[in-house]
Amino acid sequence: MKNYLQTGKKLLGVLAISAALFGTAQAEDTIKVGVLHSLSGTMAISETTLKDTMLMLIDEQNKKGGLLGKKLEPVVVDPASNWPLFAEKARELLTKDKVSAIFGCWTSVSRKSVLPVIEELNGILFYPVQYEGEESSKNVFYTGAAPNQQAIPAVDYLMNDLKVKRWVLAGTDYVYPRTTNKILEAYLKAKGVAKKDIMINYTPFGHSDWQSIVADIKKFGSAGKKTAVVSTINGDANVPFYKELGNQGVSAENIPVVAFSVGEEELSGIDTKPLVGHLAAWNYFMSIDTTKNAEFIKQWKDYIKNPKRVTNDPMEAHYIGFNMWVKAVEKAGTTDPDAVQKAMIGIEYPNLTGGVSKMLPNHHITKPVLIGEIQDDGQFVTVWQTNKLVDGDAWSDFLPESKPIIADWTAPINCGNFNTKTKKCSGQNY
Amino acid sequence: MNFFSITRYGLASLMLCVALSAHGEPKTLNTPLLEALTAIKQGSMTQREQAINSLVELKNPRSLVILQALLSGKLFICKDDDKLVIGEPNEQTYQIRDAIDDAPLAPINAEQVSKINLTNKLRSQLRKIIGELELNAEQADTRLAAVKAMNQDIDERMLELLKTRLAIEPDARVKQAIENSLLLQKVDSVDKNERIKAIEQLKTQANLSVVNKLKSLIEKDSDGQFAEADSDIRNLAEAALAKINTQLQVYSAIETVFFGLSLGAVLVLSAIGLAITFGVMGVINMAHGELMMIGAYTTYVIQQILPNQLGLSVILAIPAAFVIAGLVGIAIERGIIRFLYGRPLETLLATFGISLFLQQTVRSIFSPLNRSVATPEWMSGSWQINDFLSLTWNRFYILIFCLLVFVLLLQILKHTRLGLEVRAVAQNRRMAKAMGIPTARVDAMTFGLGSGIAGVAGVALSQITNVGPNLGQSYIVDSFMVVVFGGVGNLLGTLVAGFSLGIANKFLEPFAGAVLAKILVLIFIILFIQKRPRGLFPQKGRAADS
Repeated sequence: MKNYLQTGKKLLGVLAISAALFGTAQAEDTIKVGVLHSLSGTMAISETTLKDTMLMLIDEQNKKGGLLGKKLEPVVVDPASNWPLFAEKARELLTKDKVSAIFGCWTSVSRKSVLPVIEELNGILFYPVQYEGEESSKNVFYTGAAPNQQAIPAVDYLMNDLKVKRWVLAGTDYVYPRTTNKILEAYLKAKGVAKKDIMINYTPFGHSDWQSIVADIKKFGSAGKKTAVVSTINGDANVPFYKELGNQGVSAENIPVVAFSVGEEELSGIDTKPLVGHLAAWNYFMSIDTTKNAEFIKQWKDYIKNPKRVTNDPMEAHYIGFNMWVKAVEKAGTTDPDAVQKAMIGIEYPNLTGGVSKMLPNHHITKPVLIGEIQDDGQFVTVWQTNKLVDGDAWSDFLPESKPIIADWTAPINCGNFNTKTKKCSGQNY
Repeated sequence: MNFFSITRYGLASLMLCVALSAHGEPKTLNTPLLEALTAIKQGSMTQREQAINSLVELKNPRSLVILQALLSGKLFICKDDDKLVIGEPNEQTYQIRDAIDDAPLAPINAEQVSKINLTNKLRSQLRKIIGELELNAEQADTRLAAVKAMNQDIDERMLELLKTRLAIEPDARVKQAIENSLLLQKVDSVDKNERIKAIEQLKTQANLSVVNKLKSLIEKDSDGQFAEADSDIRNLAEAALAKINTQLQVYSAIETVFFGLSLGAVLVLSAIGLAITFGVMGVINMAHGELMMIGAYTTYVIQQILPNQLGLSVILAIPAAFVIAGLVGIAIERGIIRFLYGRPLETLLATFGISLFLQQTVRSIFSPLNRSVATPEWMSGSWQINDFLSLTWNRFYILIFCLLVFVLLLQILKHTRLGLEVRAVAQNRRMAKAMGIPTARVDAMTFGLGSGIAGVAGVALSQITNVGPNLGQSYIVDSFMVVVFGGVGNLLGTLVAGFSLGIANKFLEPFAGAVLAKILVLIFIILFIQKRPRGLFPQKGRAADS
């Protein structure tokens, strides 16, 4: 009996020691999260904020006790606004650092550059920015708006509420504006707008001499029909554009400009006087009055230690994306990419505007669409919003070639590019 | 929470007091006005809209004042006592007056008031309402604006208002504007003779509403049917439009030339400093753009120092930018370039390094974000010559400024001792040295002069584009293009080249689009340089051959 007890004690001791050892080994083990945002170069202005947002979210999650009993560890790399470097850094994150998920990219071209790498190595990327659609990858979760969650509702608002009859589609000359404008043009024509009532204009990045374009818009808009400008102008070219509009006497009341790339962050660095009354379409505004949003803003200001900093739409997208990922990992009980990808679909998480966003089988999420007017303090007043959340549509229904295509990452289709007519999956042919 | 209920309670009792005292003075204070004003404070825009309407119906003398304040963004709520006030910003504080009884109140901090926001719908509604109320205003200009505001969307009631005003209107311009509005309405009347008469009369007045009216007469609807059934009226309208159109074409040509000149002025301003350092001294200075950036940031800093004197700060920035950019230029020349004379490749690399260094310095000091430089009042807006031709003030001033800088620079080079020495050194360095000219000092001064002018160009650029670390990069290629096209070493060539490239660009833009227009101009210059490598105005004589 005594012997037995002794052995039992010894066994217990061994067990305890091994448990302790195992425990410390567990505590040292972390889950790595990659942050792939440019911290230098032209995109640094927008992307640095997202890097800080990610660090804040990870920090917050660790305070709550981490994930699966492990701490989260951010791995920040700088792709320096250099598109090929995005692919290299993504490879480094996946092979060297072995991160469980990557949160990153801003421009469409950077996402397209990362895409083959992330598919080859079967990683997970959360992409937080509004984009042109026409894509759905097994390895990418799109938490920003698809065209039907931003551009199309904005046009609907102008058409129905402001009775706009003539349209100027102005954009910077690259893939996002060109694809968006192609979709919008097809949409407008389907709504019975004549070709002569649509004016399309492209300008280079950083364009600063807007005189003749604004004069053209003014002439186009003075034909007695209500005119609006749908602007996919990106980056700092917006400042001289709005300045010139103001100088040439084009006011928001005569010719409103609805922008898809001008948010709180962009407005914080400029003289907002000439912009007052112009519109922007997003899925989140800092001015939204909900308790969740107030908490988020406070958390952000405390974290960044600057009461003047603003929050914006892509930040909310990361907030939703990160929390969805946390929930999916908890549900799957592992960070294994295949399990997490499967678990992600159907995950719901409350967004900051009062609704509950859901991850759809096409890897896009449901979002509300808000239209706001710019005020002189750089904030937006919401003038219109959808009464329910809108499902993100990967392939636009307004382009004839992508109309029959759907994306569905659940069985039995399991394809990002499935043609419902021919019943064929075109694989990675975006 | 407690505080809240106290303020609520305070407000209620305040309202009660006011309501009670309203019996005493029914003219200035009354309950409906207060009710309307309470509604205006609510967050929802529909409530605000209703409040505006009830304010109008009240016909209270304060209504107009309050609505005007609302439209110009001067109506605030005090956060402490929830009082509605009209405020004028004054440095960090606001001079406020009570919105209801106009009593002056103690100035208040900007953070303590919140502005009542408006949307476009409310704004245009307000403008129309105020237009109606202002139709009988004292100043003729206010009345003119009121008539024009009403023109946007006219109805029967407004027509009556206009007719009654016409009878008593003393000012000729306002009278004409009203007559014009009435004529436009007559085009739609039932009597054909009246319509013809109206069109005949309108033909002589080229303004926007006339053109739109005439256009609407000859337009086809979606089924290919004319909107206007009467073919006589249609033909008449077409003839009238044709006459106006020739006039419009002239205006549009003038406008394009102005756009071209103003783009040219920017090109000349940014190239002229380079014309000295590259053209006269032969230094390929890749940091030229960054010297412009320094000038632009100087404007920003001066504006930060004098936040309430926008106009003065821009004017002060001109000499300041000249001195600072000039000193930086002299430092670059003395520190680096003077060791590299005669080695263009090394100079190019070294100055490229300097440009990166300067950019990063600015990033570290001012952050990578763009800084906003405000435009003074007299430089914003446009000079409205008529409905179809308006020239923007900022571009206009920059054009004038560019010509002034150019003339001044030419005078310096022609009539001062420094200018004489610069030209002597440029023509024959060794001979100049032999004549006792301190060539090293002259080099530094010349480089400083060129850099200073780049700084001055930066002041002008700060008014039309973003002030950020990348400002210089976007202008460096254009600057070299202008100098090479104009002929290296020839200032007049730079001027001619800048203006002609600007105008060519603007004439191409409507047909080719902004991207293609720029490419076409570049291709043209490449071909031109193939044919005439020395540019438009090549230097002649022995100096040119060496």
